[in-house]
Amino acid sequence: MSESNGNIGELRNRISGAEATARAIVETSVGSAEKLNETLNAFLQIDREGALKRADSLASSDASLAGVPIAVKDNICVQGLQASCGSRILGDYNPPYNATVIDRLLGAGAVVIGKTNCDEFAMGSSNENSAFGPVKNPWDPTRVPGGSSGGSAAVVAAGIVPVALGSDTGGSVRQPASLCGVFGLKPTYGRNSRYGLVAFASSLDQVGIFARTATDIASVLGVIAGRDSHDATTADVPVPDYVSGLAGDIKGARIGLPRSLFAEGLDPEVRAAVDSAIDVYRELGAEIVDVELPNAKYSISVYYIIATAEASSNLARFDGVRYGFRAEDAPELRQMYRKTREEAFGPEVKRRIMLGTYVLSAGYYEAYYGKAQQVRSLIKQDFSAAFAKCDAIITPTSPTPAFMLGEKVDDPLSMYLNDIYTVTANLAGIPGLNVPCGLSSERLPIGFQLLGAYWSEPTILKLAHAYATARPFTERPPIWA
Amino acid sequence: MPITKSDVEKVAQLAHMEISPEELQVFAPQMADIVAYVEQLNELDTRAVEPALGGLTPEGEATEADREDAVAPSLGQKTALAEAPDAASGHFRVPKVL
Repeated sequence: MSESNGNIGELRNRISGAEATARAIVETSVGSAEKLNETLNAFLQIDREGALKRADSLASSDASLAGVPIAVKDNICVQGLQASCGSRILGDYNPPYNATVIDRLLGAGAVVIGKTNCDEFAMGSSNENSAFGPVKNPWDPTRVPGGSSGGSAAVVAAGIVPVALGSDTGGSVRQPASLCGVFGLKPTYGRNSRYGLVAFASSLDQVGIFARTATDIASVLGVIAGRDSHDATTADVPVPDYVSGLAGDIKGARIGLPRSLFAEGLDPEVRAAVDSAIDVYRELGAEIVDVELPNAKYSISVYYIIATAEASSNLARFDGVRYGFRAEDAPELRQMYRKTREEAFGPEVKRRIMLGTYVLSAGYYEAYYGKAQQVRSLIKQDFSAAFAKCDAIITPTSPTPAFMLGEKVDDPLSMYLNDIYTVTANLAGIPGLNVPCGLSSERLPIGFQLLGAYWSEPTILKLAHAYATARPFTERPPIWA
Repeated sequence: MPITKSDVEKVAQLAHMEISPEELQVFAPQMADIVAYVEQLNELDTRAVEPALGGLTPEGEATEADREDAVAPSLGQKTALAEAPDAASGHFRVPKVL
């Protein structure tokens, strides 16, 4: 076993029990990152020197994450490291400040070992939209890791770090977590700060967490959650002790089953795995109740109107003036804007900016954006009604296991339909969690998703922990630290 | 309403983006497909539905978002200009406007 492929508790015990130094743990983690990155392409930057220096400075710290190596998606600002967002337009941009979630993790002693690859500006479900090449899935490097936080999912799945941060706008933490066989949480909207997360769609974006155990998700959430004066959308809601909330049985918990979503396009092996997970919950004493989400079938449409509209506005700031790339040979200002954006945005980003501009343009705003915000209300109401009858809802996370690199790149609409189970949570603002629950016949991970009411992270984490205790997912991918 | 190539050209202009004839060939039918798909929303009667206020929870809506209007340290000119593609004399320099 390598020095660093354990969970947070194991690493902290080894450091505090003097079996290993923080430096040794971080050095092994960095070494695995460097070695496996040749295959995975999961890191865009590995900070060996900075990470070791920081580990040394934490030698006598007993903070909750002291010496724990973590990886951070390249659209979250870490001072001293790059933030390319997977885009040529930012390239080796070095943000002059830390995201609030990073400040909090550093305050708890975490060591950032590097920045992870992702779809450009978090737009994608396969990582193939990165300007720096796709991440490979550690379970099968001919397949996608999912997206957009594919790099963060892959490095946790491969045992390089116990924890990584990603961002989830329509499933970008949960879907890659499912395809790589790890836990992945999108918290309630406003649970943690978006300050220092490069904005894609501000009413949907949320920083999320990858880990190999529900306990590690709970530990890290407790550190990063809470109100931040730099983000007006963070809510003033107390942060509970998520780790102690995991204990105890789940007898009597009511789990909602939206049967109508288990339909067309759902891979039979995924369906069977999720059905088995439901049986496990029955054995553990949970009650399975039928719920309806009648407007969920409109969620992809609503999502691709709202997300592209917000993106077209947020990405207007990339114009070659204040940071990042600027096109040459453009002697006039408007021409410089156009050439810069033409040369440095990839096709998916251009497609979404144009779609967003279209749905917001004069004469179409009410028909598209206004309509989508109304249907978004209906989706929120569906969840309110469902959570009156249950404590959490179970669905698949992704309709299929990991698909082949290149399989869907030419068909954006079919790529968008991958997000069918995940986008509803972003539209409603509720938390969602991927729980790994087995392997397909081709040895590819399958996951199920638990959705909860606002602020119910303790409930879904407890349900996930109960499942994982009853049916531990102990398989390791062939690419493993 | 189907999206035409001239719609795509107009939108690209609004978005300050040049697009090549090759890109136009690819984007126009893809955007037409996506827009045709999202028009499924028209089957819903939403005349009586209030639009959602973003992703906010009731607690988020109730949170006092104003802060005191007090001077606090900020990046400073040097740091703010450090990543600029072209900076001169404490300013961002751009090509001529007219």
